[in-house]
Amino acid sequence: MELNSNVPEGPLAEKWDTHRFASKLVNPANRRKYSVIVVGTGLAGASAAATLAEQGYEVQTFCIQDSPRRAHSISAQGGINAAKNYQNDGDSIQRLFYDTIKGGDFRSREANVYRLAQVSNAIIDQCVAQGVPFAREYGGTLANRSFGGAQVSRTFYARGQTGQQLLLGAYSTLSRQIHSGKVSMYPRKEMMELVLVDGKARGIITRDIITGELERYSADAVILATGGYGNAYFLSTNAMASNVTAIWRAHKKGAGFANPCFVQIHPTCIPVHGSFQSKLTLMSESLRNDGRVWVPKQPGDTRRAGSIPEDERDYYLESKYPSFGNLVPRDVASRNAKEQCDEGKGVGTTNLAVYLDFADAIKRDGETTILKKYGNLFQMYEKITDSNPLHEPMLIYPAVHYTMGGLWVDYNLMTTIPGLFAIGECNFSDHGANRLGASALMQGLADGYFIIGTSIAHYLGSGSLDPVNTDSREFTDSELQVQERIARLLRCCDGSPEGKVTVDEIHKELGLLLWDHCGMARNKEGLEKALAELPAIQEKFWNNVFIPGTGTELNQSLERAGRLADFLEFAEIMILDALERKESCGCHLREESQTEDHEALRDDAGYSHVSVWEYQGGQSAPTLHKEQLLFENVTPSQRSYK
Amino acid sequence: MTTTSISLSLEIWRQKDSRDKGDFETYTLINISTDMSFLEMLDVLNEQLTREGKDPVAFDHDCREGICGMCGVVINGIAHGPEPETTLCQLHMRHFNDGDTLVIEPFRSRAFPIRKDLVIDRSALDRIIQAGGYVSVNTGGTPDANAIPIPAPVAELAMDAASCIGCGACVASCPNGSAMLFTGAKISQLSLLPQGHPERHKRAMAMVTTMDKEGFGNCTNERECEAVCPKGISIRNIARMNREFVRASFLS
Ligand SMILES: Cc1cc2nc3c(=O)[nH]c(=O)nc-3n(C[C@H](O)[C@H](O)[C@H](O)COP(=O)(O)OP(=O)(O)OC[C@H]3O[C@@H](n4cnc5c(N)ncnc54)[C@H](O)[C@@H]3O)c2cc1C
Ligand code: FES
Repeated sequence: MELNSNVPEGPLAEKWDTHRFASKLVNPANRRKYSVIVVGTGLAGASAAATLAEQGYEVQTFCIQDSPRRAHSISAQGGINAAKNYQNDGDSIQRLFYDTIKGGDFRSREANVYRLAQVSNAIIDQCVAQGVPFAREYGGTLANRSFGGAQVSRTFYARGQTGQQLLLGAYSTLSRQIHSGKVSMYPRKEMMELVLVDGKARGIITRDIITGELERYSADAVILATGGYGNAYFLSTNAMASNVTAIWRAHKKGAGFANPCFVQIHPTCIPVHGSFQSKLTLMSESLRNDGRVWVPKQPGDTRRAGSIPEDERDYYLESKYPSFGNLVPRDVASRNAKEQCDEGKGVGTTNLAVYLDFADAIKRDGETTILKKYGNLFQMYEKITDSNPLHEPMLIYPAVHYTMGGLWVDYNLMTTIPGLFAIGECNFSDHGANRLGASALMQGLADGYFIIGTSIAHYLGSGSLDPVNTDSREFTDSELQVQERIARLLRCCDGSPEGKVTVDEIHKELGLLLWDHCGMARNKEGLEKALAELPAIQEKFWNNVFIPGTGTELNQSLERAGRLADFLEFAEIMILDALERKESCGCHLREESQTEDHEALRDDAGYSHVSVWEYQGGQSAPTLHKEQLLFENVTPSQRSYK
Repeated sequence: MTTTSISLSLEIWRQKDSRDKGDFETYTLINISTDMSFLEMLDVLNEQLTREGKDPVAFDHDCREGICGMCGVVINGIAHGPEPETTLCQLHMRHFNDGDTLVIEPFRSRAFPIRKDLVIDRSALDRIIQAGGYVSVNTGGTPDANAIPIPAPVAELAMDAASCIGCGACVASCPNGSAMLFTGAKISQLSLLPQGHPERHKRAMAMVTTMDKEGFGNCTNERECEAVCPKGISIRNIARMNREFVRASFLS
């Protein structure tokens, strides 16, 4: 597997310009002769599909939900970054670049991150022109808020619904192209397989979720925008249908998978409350601006929060990290919460929670001010937990939130398969080992609105592609693979469910295994244990899973089983990748790699690279390739939040 | 926060596919924690059905955070259930009592064919947006975001309208099956903002015409839509839409 990043020569700030000039173009009159498949309608997919259609290509777009407007991007709350420097507080493209690459703990590619910062401003212009109702100041200009990991105020927002408003903006431009006939939109169709012809991505096989029918679609290029794989852990803040299927199938057909173990665990989520729990709810990070995190000093203390006197409380973030206090980055906050609970100081019915207390902020600023800032979050919290944060501290605990890993892509966002591109959360490109708040929305829209068009023109303009036919052997074989897989899933479903297991039971088992051993803190022993236990879970799944119904109808158990089957395979490279990376970095503490005072210790000499996994057919172990990361414009520094 | 367990009798609409006639079936659930969400309660039912070798109840959902608009059923006659301004996925079982009987059916409307059990087809709403629910700007070449100042109160009003999640509860609750709250919200958002002005007449005409063509009914001021809207979208948006429409018809 060859990993050529195709980063253009020249000074960092000029690379994107140089690249656009060097890229091939497709004459506007010829564009309609080319077709492009876009899988996914989140921020990345919707913006890409609309933009390519505007440029003149024929676009076919797919999503799992009943409408493109319901992609997981809709649930992003906090905001989107851009280097506008509207607040005149010293922001610049260089600073946004630096914050992002430092936030990622120096495990991402300089050139990609710099380009992201460069196009960030145009995203805000674009969204405003579409009618996205961002928050405004009284004078009518756009408002900004600050977000973790940055000392400037550069985050644009629309109440606590930024993802919704940005996605509805992209959805509206997509709708306009659907209306004009340039985009054929296929909702409720799940991509099950990628089709290669002469080694190039030329189509996909989908399953119609309503009828179960398998269908073939061909194109000149395929773009995956299928989001993150956090649901490998069963419980996460992701939407229920978020999956690894599309990128995993692409991986099995030859696309390198980069940094699969890089998973972000968000510190402020509502804790798990029972075994029936189906997902976790994020409470915006902004709460840590005013809330104080604490646990009782005494392990096993069962008194109510209000009955624990001040001097028996441990405000552990404030004492350990005096300069950042409660605003330490996500990974530090998450890890410390887990540590406190591991020491027996966790609170709540499960002892797997810490307090986030607003009492002092209310005393200082008054209830009205606090409600103005966090009213909707408090309401949401109360709806779920039946407890009012004005009167009792919130209970929070870390949860799986975002996956930095994904398909390896070069500067063009092309994977190791020619003609297959990956954009948005499903690629690995911009966030290194840790993503800063409000930068996923930025990346999704940068990829879709401003980058992929150049890449597609360059790819299509660079060589001639033979026409393909969906009746060809390649399509037939791929469809057969899908058919066989579905038949295998349904194999043990005739007759009685006696002695069988359900899809969710297995998924929970996998989730727990990953959470325990491949979560925030990892060590060799635990990872090896997980690797050893995984095959038994896979076997149990394939031999015993019971799926009612058939493959030729709306069958939600079958859908979930198909996604779980891929998570089960994928988990192996996740664990292998974690095992291989013997340093602590970004979101993860590798327990063998710590400083004397138990802080994460990165190892630049050994691990300043992207780990890229190549599939070897399942029988043999996957092989690891490395893309060395070169830092010519920044000097990697050890993070310190003390 | 007190957790208890309740038992429920569920009467759920079962329908194999669009052609099937469909009927209610009764299920009993015991030991439902009041901390569960409504959808988690349905998950528990489905696990139970699966273990009995029966077909689980199909229902739509995705974010489970009240924002994607994918979930929604009618519980005892009320879309999204008894809690005001709450989507089905955000409704918790503590709002029900031990021994309750819950009648659960899909959102019903001429324009929303049933696909299976509680799953419906709401693509008609997408087609209303496709008809004109956008500002026709291509990617690139847009002016600086701060070039058009928009007074904060106007931006807030536009945001109120833009909060619609497109779940279709308004349609399901309207005796006429009208989609005016949905359509009015989008038209309002874009007519409040200066970016939407160049196309406001064309937009109002196109969206209203499509709404009629898709088989949605008219508004006779029943206000049921506003009452069930999980996002509290105000029927003032319908008045705004009507004004836009009248103006557009007058000018064309
Ligand atoms: C609760 C929450 C809050 C967040 N808040 C923020 C925030 O404030 N700021 C920020 O920057 N980021 C935030 N994020 C992260 C951000 O929302 C996501 O990273 C981003 O939206 C991902 O966008 P995407 O377009 O890559 O994918 P998604 O939005 O996940 O879209 C994936 C699309 O692919 C489709 N798809 C998937 N698999 C298949 C398949 N096999 N076949 C067909 N279609 C398929 C889906 O149907 C969907 O349309 C948040 C995330 C969560 C979970
Ligand atoms: S599942 Fe998304 S709104 Fe209920």
